[in-house]
Amino acid sequence: MELSHLDRQLLNAAQKNFPLHPQPFKVLSDQLGIAEQEIIERLNILQQNKAISRLGAVFDHQRAGASTLVALAVPEQDIDAVAEAITALDEVNHNYQREHTFNLWFVVNASDQNVVDQVLEHITERFDYPILDLPMVKNYHIDLGFPL
Amino acid sequence: MIDPHSQNEVNEQQLRQILQEGLPLVARPYQHIAQQLSTTEHAVIEKIAELKQRGLIKRFGLVLHHHELGYTANCMVVWNIPDQNIEQIAQQLSQEPPVTLCYQRPRRANWPFNLFCMIHGKERAQVQAQIEALIKKHRLDYPYELLFSTRQFKQRGARYV
Repeated sequence: MELSHLDRQLLNAAQKNFPLHPQPFKVLSDQLGIAEQEIIERLNILQQNKAISRLGAVFDHQRAGASTLVALAVPEQDIDAVAEAITALDEVNHNYQREHTFNLWFVVNASDQNVVDQVLEHITERFDYPILDLPMVKNYHIDLGFPL
Repeated sequence: MIDPHSQNEVNEQQLRQILQEGLPLVARPYQHIAQQLSTTEHAVIEKIAELKQRGLIKRFGLVLHHHELGYTANCMVVWNIPDQNIEQIAQQLSQEPPVTLCYQRPRRANWPFNLFCMIHGKERAQVQAQIEALIKKHRLDYPYELLFSTRQFKQRGARYV
């Protein structure tokens, strides 16, 4: 969707350090000089249009639970079916096709490493394709959101 | 600190579940959560502040869908950087505005790359130019590959609880 100037202001202001105040949109309203009600309505529209995924927390992978990045090298004719099966797994949150021999890339996350290992085992039993299990060694980027 | 005997104690697991699924976009979202958790608005706010302070929450706010905002050119750049240089190079790259994620991951027998950066843009050519500029600026004379995404099957927040 096309964003207005107001949308950009709002989305840039509310991606990090969302106000921990009983009326957080009132705080944003005071910062941006836009009426509280207008902010709430606009954000709801942006969410209905899927520009906003959610208002919530991004957790630290390593402190909040366990996760890994997985890649499969899937023959072209099987990719739709495999992608669908991977997407259906509750523990998978991101799943993309990419231009590479390893063409299906997805993230598995769960409360602890045992569950992540079980999911990987399930996948390797079900699909006999070359697989990469690439857990994070170190995160260098501080997540500040996405500037618009 | 929250008194463990207080009836306003917040169930951390339940709160984390709500925070990873998302809060309603209403005037008093913390009040809404407080009702669900049978606690007070104040206790919810304090608990979120505590989770941020403990480093469990990296970022608290709106989470966007890049794809729906027109940022459809999504490239994962992977490099094979010598171990002794990776720290310095990763620190530099993570400061660059086009880089939205920067992780070190292990090499494997059939996978020589150990540094992963994500770059989002509206057009493929623009993303490619940004990557070339980064390589030049930081003199990244190392093997690399560009893995542009061609299809997005799933994108949602991680669920840990």
